[in-house]
Amino acid sequence: MNGEVKKTPLYALHLAAGAKMVDFAGWMMPIQYRGILEEHRAVREQAGLFDVSHMGEIRISGPGSMELVQRLITNDACSLPHGRVLYSPMCQPDGGLVDDLLVYRMGELDFLLVVNAANKDKDLAWIRSHGGAVLIEDQSDTTAQLAIQGPLAATILQRLTPVDLTPIRYYSYVHGRVSGEDCLISRTGYTGEDGFEIYLSPEAAPRLWERLLTAGTAEGLQPVGLGARDTLRFEAALPLYGQELSEGTTPLEAGLDKFIAWHKEDFIGRAALLAQREAGLTRKLVGLAMVDRGIPRPGYPVRCENREIGFITSGTFAPTLGQNLAMAYVEKAYAGVDQGVEVVIRDKGHKARVVPRPFYKRGQ
Amino acid sequence: MHIPQELKYSREHEWVQVNGNTCRVGITDYAQQSLGDVVFVELPEIGRVLERGEAFGVVESVKAASDCYSPLAGTVTAVNQELLDTPQLINEDPYGRGWIMEVEIANPDQLEGLLTAVQYEELVREGGA
Repeated sequence: MNGEVKKTPLYALHLAAGAKMVDFAGWMMPIQYRGILEEHRAVREQAGLFDVSHMGEIRISGPGSMELVQRLITNDACSLPHGRVLYSPMCQPDGGLVDDLLVYRMGELDFLLVVNAANKDKDLAWIRSHGGAVLIEDQSDTTAQLAIQGPLAATILQRLTPVDLTPIRYYSYVHGRVSGEDCLISRTGYTGEDGFEIYLSPEAAPRLWERLLTAGTAEGLQPVGLGARDTLRFEAALPLYGQELSEGTTPLEAGLDKFIAWHKEDFIGRAALLAQREAGLTRKLVGLAMVDRGIPRPGYPVRCENREIGFITSGTFAPTLGQNLAMAYVEKAYAGVDQGVEVVIRDKGHKARVVPRPFYKRGQ
Repeated sequence: MHIPQELKYSREHEWVQVNGNTCRVGITDYAQQSLGDVVFVELPEIGRVLERGEAFGVVESVKAASDCYSPLAGTVTAVNQELLDTPQLINEDPYGRGWIMEVEIANPDQLEGLLTAVQYEELVREGGA
């Protein structure tokens, strides 16, 4: 990795749109255009367009690719049909998380792993260290990614593509043309809404970005920055690596049990995770709603009975719900819904209580 | 960006409106734009005695919490309770309904240390503080 801050193919368009840019995981990314609250609302009520070209794409293919992928991830890619997408944790031998990622089954022996930008170099080194002679390619620099998310995303995208989007189910994808550009169209996202993630060449990305914005003008489609991406994923209680997930936390603690395929023969971290499951968890990821005034922020301590019992991983004013909410790791004894706790904000305890996750579910 | 001529300013992006021996304090248009959507404000208690430069409150946007620093020494005589339920007034009307507190000025000489509108505009143009 060089020390330079990277730019996505849409960098110039973000500047022209007046976006506020920040360095995120070594990339200059738009944090907001018109404002986080307005962009958040657009995605919940109409649609939003995201530049997520910073995400990493790692291709694993050919002989040995199936065995390698199966060994690396906790979920089961063997039963994954061509055209489907899988979410999975990727663990260390001790069960700590290397990353969380998406696996696209591109062919019988062909897998595309989409990983967090901040972890891409680490993931690539990790995968190669287990890869032996398997073909492992970093396709991050030749892949751009746009996401169109929101209740009107399908309507807008349909206008630009001959591909019938209706039969594409959640966590499925097809190859097809959008506005004349070759794309992988995936019905996935990180907002809690219906929508698509579109992979295409960096050269084509700016053209498609502009055409999508034009096509969605009447519906109120807006460009959306990382600020609202974070509040949207937070309300949907989708974990974020670096906050809920880290090398020091396991998928069991993070509540990702259903993405662990225990029936698989073996995978890295299996023994440690099995032992943790049998011994019982000491802490769990929970949702918190503030009772007192105040916004819980990452790192703030959580207390109960005059003792520190955990810490906040993500917290913010949740725009759709109008509440101050958080996710936090707390000792298991305090993880039950309605448990009263205190969040320490600027050295002062503020009442909060444990609430179910997700905070927001579409259509409710 | 709006910088009213009649106000005084601090380097920490607070404005001061002097009214006899008291003053009204808020954060500037530049500050609210930098913060983005304000979603929470923590106000000082009435009667609290502040040093110049002391943190007196917190303005929180979606992304972050920012301290506010008292531009003058004095005693808090009023706070804007409206901000508790409508913190976005700081974005919508930073010099008007978005005011934060009123202070009885302890030492009028400290007014000399504040910036004029012209000086504050220069500070902002040079890239903040």
